Amino acid sequence: MLTQFGQIALFILVIVLFISALPIAAFIFRLIGLAPHKPTQVKTSTYESGMETVGKSWIQFNVRYYTYALIFVALDVTAILLYTWAVDLKSLGAAGLGVALVFIAILAVGYLYTWKKKFLEWK
Amino acid sequence: MAPLPQNPGGHSAVLQQALPPDWPLGNPWLHFITFTIIAIAFGMLMIIAFIYVERRGVARFQIRLGPNRAGPEGLFQAFADLIKLLLKEDIVPARADKLVHLMAPIIATVPALAIFAVVPIFGNGALFADLNVGLLYVVGISSIGVVGVFMAGWGSSNKYALISAMRGVAQMVSYEIPLVLAALGVVLFAGSLSLNTIVDQQGIPYLLLQPLAAVIYFLAMSAETNRSPFDLLEAESEIIAGYHTEYSGMKFALFYVAEYGHAVAASALFSTFFLGGWKGPFLPPVLWLMIKMLVVFFVGFWVRATLPRLRVDQLMGFAWKGLLPLAVINLVITAIEVLFWPTQSMWPLVPVNIVIAVILVLLWSRIFTLGGGKIEVKQGRVEVKGAKTVEVKV
Repeated sequence: MLTQFGQIALFILVIVLFISALPIAAFIFRLIGLAPHKPTQVKTSTYESGMETVGKSWIQFNVRYYTYALIFVALDVTAILLYTWAVDLKSLGAAGLGVALVFIAILAVGYLYTWKKKFLEWK
Repeated sequence: MAPLPQNPGGHSAVLQQALPPDWPLGNPWLHFITFTIIAIAFGMLMIIAFIYVERRGVARFQIRLGPNRAGPEGLFQAFADLIKLLLKEDIVPARADKLVHLMAPIIATVPALAIFAVVPIFGNGALFADLNVGLLYVVGISSIGVVGVFMAGWGSSNKYALISAMRGVAQMVSYEIPLVLAALGVVLFAGSLSLNTIVDQQGIPYLLLQPLAAVIYFLAMSAETNRSPFDLLEAESEIIAGYHTEYSGMKFALFYVAEYGHAVAASALFSTFFLGGWKGPFLPPVLWLMIKMLVVFFVGFWVRATLPRLRVDQLMGFAWKGLLPLAVINLVITAIEVLFWPTQSMWPLVPVNIVIAVILVLLWSRIFTLGGGKIEVKQGRVEVKGAKTVEVKV
């Protein structure tokens, strides 16, 4: 098993090298003069449909995105926990199903509360 | 290219060999090199095929011809585009974070190919690594792609790109949970997280045994791969080109490859989970997998050609109020079926599950159109926010 993970790590490394080869090839093309490279001030300005950029772009963002992230963290961890249960359901039997139902019920309370409090709305 | 692996009489024959149990080729290094080349070649081939099929197919939907000049029937269009983009100037905005801007397309592309490490392509046991946590690996790896998207949006220092990146993260975060829960139905039936075992267990395709999970998985997968009608982060009419507005040349090409790469990976996973992967009569396994992937992809761009883009609030509401509860209900029903239905006779379960799926979808669409979105029902009156009140007969 461990060797498999090692192989996969190596595999991902090969893919990273393979993918990186494309920008590197483009860079080499630029060096040997096949691709142009003439940056001007206008060309490298930020493109916002012809409008001049106002202020910085790295700004604080709307909080509604973060509420979704919070709900996601709670639900996704539990979903992954359910995986371990699902693999072995047949040997766990009805008792295992009961435990999972209690688990889902506890989640459902939180989920319905979130719904009730309108955190699922895009405001 | 290294020789294709033999398929020595199925899983058991491979497993019974005393030495390396999950390496069909014996020597681990030979196995590694062979399957690395195969996986990358298969991935790139399918990406090029998908680009061609989609460009020509969508053109047909829109009553035009599509690219048909480069090569016979435009087959070499992708290569022509590649050469063109290689020779283009690579413009990096002056205000951009250069390192993040450079790394983003690479990080966005790598997960799409990395998934093929665990997908059985050439039949039983003939895959790179038969991980017993294959599905978790897939879930984990495929969600790295969004990091690349966010880095692109943040790194290019463009407000539209940043909006797109934020939307992308919110969207992928929302659709991740229905996706994971829908795949759980498959895990319950197969009793394993290994993709090889999941295919092996499919006497009946799980599309028939798990129709609701298949629908949920398909929709969530379209959203995860930013396919239309969920392609809000590339909404041209709102935010220019989205997160890759500031990209040109080869880096833009990488995002293009990433988009189709994720579509390829998602189609391969859908075929593996619900359509029986490489299984099929007469034709060789790899051909069956390709056909199934193309069919899944065809349905995907059929939807793209038919439906308009969703609004952001509809998109989020659909994930959190529509797909998530449905996925949980499906999970509970599936668990009960797996426990109490005799495993010898699975076929009667097929109509039962299809009926359950149809009823649930109809029920949910009803709830959803009335109380789920911005519309609220109060004592027989339907109130649409910002619009006039409508009387309905109940």
